[in-house]
Amino acid sequence: MEITPGRSYGFFTDTSVCIGCKACEVACKTWNELPGPEPTFGDGYDNTGELGAQNWRHVQFHDNVKDDTLEAGMGTAWLMMSDVCKHCKNASCMEVCPTGALMRTEFDTVYVQPDVCNGCRNCTSACPYHVIQMDETNKVAQKCTLCYDRLQGSLEPACAKTCPTDSINFGPVDELREMAKQRVETLHSQGVTQAYLYGADDSIYGGLNAFFLLMDKPEVYKLPNQESSVLPSRNDAGGYLGSFGAAVAGIFAAVMALRLRRPREPEPATAAEPPAPTTTDEGGK
Amino acid sequence: MHPAIDHFARDPHWTWFILFYFFFAGIAGGSYLIATLLRLRGDKGDEPVARLGYYVTFIVLLCCPPLLIIDLGQPLRFWHMMWRLTPNEPGLNFKYWSPMSLGVWGLSLFSTFAAISFFEVLVRDDKLRLPIAKRAVALLDGGLGRVVNILGSIFGLFIAGYTGVLLSVSNQPIWSDTWTLGGLFLASGLSSATAVLTILSRYRRGAGVTHEYLHLSESYFTVLEVVMLVLFVVSLRGTGALERTFTMPWLILWAVAIASLIPGITGLFPTRARVAVSGHGSMDVTVHSGGAATAATMAFVLIGVICLRAAIILPVHAW
Repeated sequence: MEITPGRSYGFFTDTSVCIGCKACEVACKTWNELPGPEPTFGDGYDNTGELGAQNWRHVQFHDNVKDDTLEAGMGTAWLMMSDVCKHCKNASCMEVCPTGALMRTEFDTVYVQPDVCNGCRNCTSACPYHVIQMDETNKVAQKCTLCYDRLQGSLEPACAKTCPTDSINFGPVDELREMAKQRVETLHSQGVTQAYLYGADDSIYGGLNAFFLLMDKPEVYKLPNQESSVLPSRNDAGGYLGSFGAAVAGIFAAVMALRLRRPREPEPATAAEPPAPTTTDEGGK
Repeated sequence: MHPAIDHFARDPHWTWFILFYFFFAGIAGGSYLIATLLRLRGDKGDEPVARLGYYVTFIVLLCCPPLLIIDLGQPLRFWHMMWRLTPNEPGLNFKYWSPMSLGVWGLSLFSTFAAISFFEVLVRDDKLRLPIAKRAVALLDGGLGRVVNILGSIFGLFIAGYTGVLLSVSNQPIWSDTWTLGGLFLASGLSSATAVLTILSRYRRGAGVTHEYLHLSESYFTVLEVVMLVLFVVSLRGTGALERTFTMPWLILWAVAIASLIPGITGLFPTRARVAVSGHGSMDVTVHSGGAATAATMAFVLIGVICLRAAIILPVHAW
């Protein structure tokens, strides 16, 4: 496929057709040479746990099967969703990064320059999607690159290439948005009215290059809702104003202490006073 | 803050190194300010404590860069904070909206002023007797010296307070739910600086005359800290952060932090005694506890300041 620098590329992940096969996770790990942490085996199908430095795709499993009924699920008895870095237009990680290691590529994706990052983890504290993490091996922040190297060679990202149900779609963001709109209309016409798009417009962090068709509220998938779609810098003004107020009050307190202390009397020699040090204490201003 | 804000951010693993950096930053910034105010007051009797303040600032500041650098995943790349290495975009890294970026420059500039003042007092105390150093310090005798001290104090206040803003400018629970952390850390930084100066002034000749000022300012700074703590709690109401903050085991840290405020508050109501003076009359004298007891009290204040920072930093981390 033709991948042109200067255009915005991303993912449209349609969770209504995800079957939870985790082929995307395998393809991602294989292409990007991510061994990943040891899988965990608990009460469920999720052995990956979470997105992180070694997990750039993570298939979430949400068990909504009721214990006491046999209702038709309408695709929601099990919710599965292949989560990934959202490549936000207004990215919290980029905003706080002090080194500029996090940059926007010619494909309008968010990329960590591994040789620039110094592992301060400010991005970790900022990403509202639990995506970016410092890798324990190379000690720099890592996350999905949207297969930056593959894009440069006009290859679609490994996860999208391998997805057997076309739950993960790759392409120019404007085309993906059109495709997603049609998919929602189709689902609605079939009675699946709970389907909606998350991040396909600019209401969530200015728009997500990797957006989703969801079947339940964003919080179910551990995604902030529209009201929570706020950047770390929202606290800059309040934080500095609070500090400034405290600084003014602190100076005022210190000056008042200077003015209110009793008039100076000759200092008597006391037991608490130590023997004279070697300093001369002369020449004060 | 908006009570509906619900993020899923991962904790940044900023723990012990950062906690102690925040602690030292408060002491350094506060000491420089107190030293400068004493000098600007113009009473020569306060000069020993003013000089002590500049010594404390510089020595405590020396601990700060190593703590910050060791905490990095790639410590040898600390300078990437200052110089942009993105291909085709060389230049200084300065992002005023990122407190970490601003803090790097603030710390560098404050360190410069702290170093100047440190060498100045070294020369004035005759610890450094190079003629060239004396000539250089002579330049600071007049207005230039005051300008240096005032600018240094501004950067010192910034360093004491921006650490709280750094936490708030994130998407972490608790930290990003309040605007008060900068002011709270600044107030407790001033309190900790006064405590350190009170302890160390016992070992500085001629510093005794400034003790009362240190006691009084410690009390006033404590009041400021109490006000900021109240604002902190009020600002977190309705965000769900209070339940996460004031719970075990963090309640133990809060208990110590709050208990350490008691000496400062009680210091507002000093015991006064009427004593005879030379057989001709009497006068009121503020009675302070003995030197060792005062030092122990101030050490407790410092432990409280550490606990306060720990009680704010640690609860967002997964344990």
